[in-house]
Amino acid sequence: MVESRKTPDMSVDLAGMHLDNPVIPASGTFGFGREYADLYDLNILGSISFKGTTRDPRYGNELPRIAECTAGMINSVGLQNPGLEAVLAEELPALAKIYSKKVIANISGFSVDEYVACAEAFDQADQVGILEINVSCPNVHGGGIAFGQDPKEAARVTAAVRKAAKKPIFIKLSPNVTDIAEIAKACEAAGADGISLVNTFLGARIDIKRRAFVIANKKGGFSGPAIFPIAVRMVNDVYNAVDLPIMGMGGIASAEDVIEMIMAGADAIQIGAANLVDPWVCKKIIERLPSLMEELGISSLKEIKGCAK
Amino acid sequence: MKQQIAEIIENKNIARSIWQMRIRFPEAFDVKAGQFVQISLPGRFLRRPISICDMDGDVMTLVYKVVGGGTDQMTRLAEGEQLDVLAPLGNGYDLDQIPEGAALVGGGVGVPPMYCLAKAIADKKPVVYLGFASEEEVFFKEAFEALGVETHLNIGGYVTDDVPDGAYICACGPEVMLRAANAKAADGQYSFEARMACGFGACMGCSMHVKDGYKRVCKDGPVIGKEELAW
Ligand SMILES: Cc1cc2nc3c(=O)[nH]c(=O)nc-3n(C[C@H](O)[C@H](O)[C@H](O)COP(=O)(O)OP(=O)(O)OC[C@H]3O[C@@H](n4cnc5c(N)ncnc54)[C@H](O)[C@@H]3O)c2cc1C
Ligand SMILES: Cc1cc2nc3c(=O)[nH]c(=O)nc-3n(C[C@H](O)[C@H](O)[C@H](O)COP(=O)(O)O)c2cc1C
Ligand code: FES
Repeated sequence: MVESRKTPDMSVDLAGMHLDNPVIPASGTFGFGREYADLYDLNILGSISFKGTTRDPRYGNELPRIAECTAGMINSVGLQNPGLEAVLAEELPALAKIYSKKVIANISGFSVDEYVACAEAFDQADQVGILEINVSCPNVHGGGIAFGQDPKEAARVTAAVRKAAKKPIFIKLSPNVTDIAEIAKACEAAGADGISLVNTFLGARIDIKRRAFVIANKKGGFSGPAIFPIAVRMVNDVYNAVDLPIMGMGGIASAEDVIEMIMAGADAIQIGAANLVDPWVCKKIIERLPSLMEELGISSLKEIKGCAK
Repeated sequence: MKQQIAEIIENKNIARSIWQMRIRFPEAFDVKAGQFVQISLPGRFLRRPISICDMDGDVMTLVYKVVGGGTDQMTRLAEGEQLDVLAPLGNGYDLDQIPEGAALVGGGVGVPPMYCLAKAIADKKPVVYLGFASEEEVFFKEAFEALGVETHLNIGGYVTDDVPDGAYICACGPEVMLRAANAKAADGQYSFEARMACGFGACMGCSMHVKDGYKRVCKDGPVIGKEELAW
């Protein structure tokens, strides 16, 4: 007689935060959850990384902000968000009504002071489990990009935020660098509790009929399935370089992609652009994962982290 | 909003570069004039936003112009094929605000949502103004007339020239046309367009400046009232 097998264990740990499963919608593609709460019960999600928040409200960049690419898209939203105060007073309480687990506070800034101000404030919010420091948004002139592209600057932000906050801090890295492992190591040395990667790749599209860039800001952040192989490579580079938990992302669109990203070295994963074209994709992946794990003989996701030989 | 698999029951060329597609949904649902759908096309990452032109029970009519790869691909879809759509999306026209005898102005592919609107408020005796760039591009003139509404046609000129000053105007078309309509309107509501990623309010890809802040064209629009505009 065949013994009935235990259901596979999808739970993961991220610097002390327990997740029922590794699936997290990525910042900027899920707002503060509201649009998706109409579609399915968000409590099935491992966590949610909410829209990148800055100290002051931001309208962001001019339109057009979106350009289509083969198997992906470019966005140049420019960190549109209602600002720290409104996020704390309105968005987080509203999110608490539709999502009862801990969330990930995605923070952006244009100066170390701004990162610190946001980190201090979100550190006080019970609802927040992890601070995810975006040192990589490629959209804003003279903004976050400088921090994420220089190991010393990335370490400076990390150290300042580390001093300001008690909650675990994950530094979200820009892939627009030659050696991402070097940046990750600098963040580790400066006190990061984990690394998130990758943010979007700088890209551009030109409308050949109009002889003009499609996006008003000309260049923007490229993401979606097209970047998946590069993201897998970079997550593995960072996995080999640091001894920290990793949230892996970039082009994930299926349960198979999730397993592959974890085998590359991620503890948990985030899903970005795929939500925008299939708003049920996170739900579908969470429902598919247990049977896929069984098919692959995986009893626990923790066992396969970085297992690729 | 729901993700639905609809079946194509008709896809035909009705004017130069203009195609009409009718799709049947698994079940009937309510739509508002001015709302749109997001169509997924094999091999293309983003969905294509197209206005709802008509809804009759479980059958929806869409009218689209071939302007690029995606709309060209749509012309090759055959009867019986399936289409993955998110529908309905956006706010739609606020019908209660529209007075008797309002002017409904459509330019080019701004005409289809005006059909849906004219049908919904036919009893308020709206006056329809349709603008097309050339004779070959004219479509739906008879369809409007069949609704029993007064219908004016402008070919190659400025459709807004035909609209009386001080009218209540509902309009859909290129931004220059909307601005011209707005200059004449005492009040009104206009449908806007933007390059979109999600189409349901999540990505901030489409947010447009308005008087007090911004609106997401896909979710808070695409229909925006005159008093809200920053023009
Ligand atoms: C709310 C709304 C309703 C619309 N209703 C209609 C309609 O009823 N009939 C119709 O013919 N057209 C309509 N459009 C425009 C239609 O979406 C575009 O013509 C279409 O997406 C072009 O796709 P393409 O692949 O052929 O062009 P490409 O230029 O190859 O498309 C490349 C990318 O740009 C986007 N894009 C290109 N032009 C536009 C545009 N004008 N507006 C928004 N996105 C664009 C595409 O969606 C795609 O992501 C509507 C647009 C919006 C926003
Ligand atoms: C429309 C859009 C907005 C985004 N906004 C943010 C943001 O505010 N903060 C951030 O850290 N990353 C942002 N990102 C990056 C994503 O979180 C993610 O890192 C990236 O898109 C790669 O994942 P994907 O290929 O699954 O989209 C955004 C991405 C998209 C597509
Ligand atoms: S297209 Fe995503 S918010 Fe409008």
